[in-house]
Amino acid sequence: MLTYILRRFATAIPTLFVIVTLSFFLMRLAPGGPFDLEQPLEAKVMENLRRIYQLDQPLHAQYLTYLGALLRGDFGPSFYFRDFSIAELFAQGLPVSMRLGASALLLALTIGGPLGALAAFRQNGGADHAVMGFATAGITIPNFVVAPVLQIVFGLSLAWLPVGGWNGGAFRNTVLPIMTLALPQIAVIARMTRAAMIETLRANHIRTLRAQGLSGATIALHAGRGAALPVISYLGPAAASLLTGSVVVETIFGIPGIGRYFVEGALNRDYTLVMGTVVVVAIFVLVFNLVVDILYALLDPRVRLD
Amino acid sequence: MAPVLEVSGLKTHFFTRAGTVKSVDGVDFHVDRGEVLGLVGESGSGKSVTGFSIMGLIDPPGKIVEGSIRLNGKELVGLDEEGFRKVRGREVAMIFQDPMMTLNPVLRVDTQMIEAVTAHDRVSHKAARERARDALAKVGIPSPEERLNAYPHQFSGGMRQRVAIAIALLHRPPLIICDEPTTALDVTIQSQILAEMQSLCAETGTALVWITHDLGVVAGLADRIAVMYAGRIVETGAVDPVLDAPLHPYTSGLLGSLPAEGEPGAPLRQIRGSTPSLARLPQGCAFAPRCDFAQADCLAQAPAVTAFPGERGVRCHHPLNLAGVAA
Ligand SMILES: Nc1ncnc2c1ncn2[C@@H]1O[C@H](COP(=O)(O)OP(=O)(O)OP(=O)(O)O)[C@@H](O)[C@H]1O
Ligand code: SF4
Ligand SMILES: [Mg+2]
Repeated sequence: MLTYILRRFATAIPTLFVIVTLSFFLMRLAPGGPFDLEQPLEAKVMENLRRIYQLDQPLHAQYLTYLGALLRGDFGPSFYFRDFSIAELFAQGLPVSMRLGASALLLALTIGGPLGALAAFRQNGGADHAVMGFATAGITIPNFVVAPVLQIVFGLSLAWLPVGGWNGGAFRNTVLPIMTLALPQIAVIARMTRAAMIETLRANHIRTLRAQGLSGATIALHAGRGAALPVISYLGPAAASLLTGSVVVETIFGIPGIGRYFVEGALNRDYTLVMGTVVVVAIFVLVFNLVVDILYALLDPRVRLD
Repeated sequence: MAPVLEVSGLKTHFFTRAGTVKSVDGVDFHVDRGEVLGLVGESGSGKSVTGFSIMGLIDPPGKIVEGSIRLNGKELVGLDEEGFRKVRGREVAMIFQDPMMTLNPVLRVDTQMIEAVTAHDRVSHKAARERARDALAKVGIPSPEERLNAYPHQFSGGMRQRVAIAIALLHRPPLIICDEPTTALDVTIQSQILAEMQSLCAETGTALVWITHDLGVVAGLADRIAVMYAGRIVETGAVDPVLDAPLHPYTSGLLGSLPAEGEPGAPLRQIRGSTPSLARLPQGCAFAPRCDFAQADCLAQAPAVTAFPGERGVRCHHPLNLAGVAA
């Protein structure tokens, strides 16, 4: 098992390298640069800036410089947020995004999983239709609609919760953004659990269990274990995306996470910020894929023992 | 003595969008204590559905619409799920065709066997495990203690089926329904398992319903035969008379498609045509379109059962080999 994990880590490193290289050059293909403001800078100032940030050097030299710095854990300075290094921006924003994302994921699992299982056991019954209707709504209604509705209902009409702001991470301020993030995930997880559960309930080994006179609860446990696998493989990428923040949610609720850096970095041609986001997201994706594979191996001996 | 199992007038239909599939449509048979009944028929004749009906494992859109199933005198039709749960595994067990599919692939064998024990008996984990180990030893699995810790995919096909048999024997049920348990295995393993199963059941007095499409299997194993066609039993009787002098043209046809012992190399005769759609059965005898002996009355009216001495019966207007049963 340990060698399996180490081997997977070893294969993740070249993947990360390819991602970094591709993004570095692709980004430089985009027209414009970090200092192309609406009011063009004086030629002299521009030249100075380009020299300070080493943009005057040939591209391959810049690439090697960046790669070398990255290997030392140095993400460089931000071109746009001039007073911060990329590392500082992430040190502030990442914990915020991760806390929201992790809470939303946990909420989605604890609600979506049981809902899906319930729907599967009551297939085509009232509960099933209710869950599936809710799930369809949860998937189709976009978060930029959900968020304002929640703000209006809970923030303005009922005035139970603040409409936005981070307030140092007070619990009250996190409720609405977490709900907004969790809603589509609850929907997807409920649908997937239902489908996987119905599939396993039809499996022959479940019929065998019934033929042995096992109780409904025991059979549900068996089915749940079988149904967990497809849901887990969805959760890997979902976790990576949730934990690295959401532009829409963070913007609407005014939350200082890293979600907005995706967009701001790209719009401002903040090369180091874009690269930093790419590296962080790639690491999250790789790590969670690894976690999924490990869980798979734990749950299914055929993967583990072969 | 009352039979272990008495099925009468059983009708199990599936109400599908394409129409009502009459998979089992008026089946009568019984199984005596310690007896082996071979339930034989082509694919789709309703053998498995008969077995599932007895186990209470017919799920919507299927339903037992008529008839009675008495197990040790107790009526099973109409029993609720909890009632059935108590019966399954303890009073009647079932072994299925593909053991790869019937054991849970992600759980160790001991976990699954201990669950099967504790489904009916309140015993300690340790005692249940010992019973599981003894059951494995009994069905001829070498070093059962170690094998308990293995996963199903680490067993060969034959060994997996032995595990399934061991599970069926755990509660020493008076009846086991075996749904083609050896069909997926190669011939040597198949005959080994058949022989072991036969001696185990003789030892414990367990009755068997052995479902198969292979008359050759039944010939060596069963005491009596019931031949099933299109949801009905078309011929019953003790093994030897049925195989030596079949009354029903369908049974005769099945025998014709077996390689005959005396004449190796002789071409196999197949029954012409194929099994009819159970959603649209012809008005008369269901076998008429394929029968070499069909006459006008066969098309007009479905034949009723004609009974002969020695628990012999046939559903045919023009039975063959009548000289053999003339009372
Ligand atoms: N769940 C179901 N829904 C609809 N029809 C079904 C269902 N289960 C079985 N049937 C139909 O019932 C008929 C009898 O099926 P059954 O499985 O009993 O045949 P069988 O004699 O066991 O054949 P085989 O040798 O292939 O196992 C088939 O025509 C099948 O299509
Ligand atoms: S009733 Fe007629 S058609 Fe049917 S099996 Fe007998 S002879 Fe053939
Ligand atoms: Mg079958």
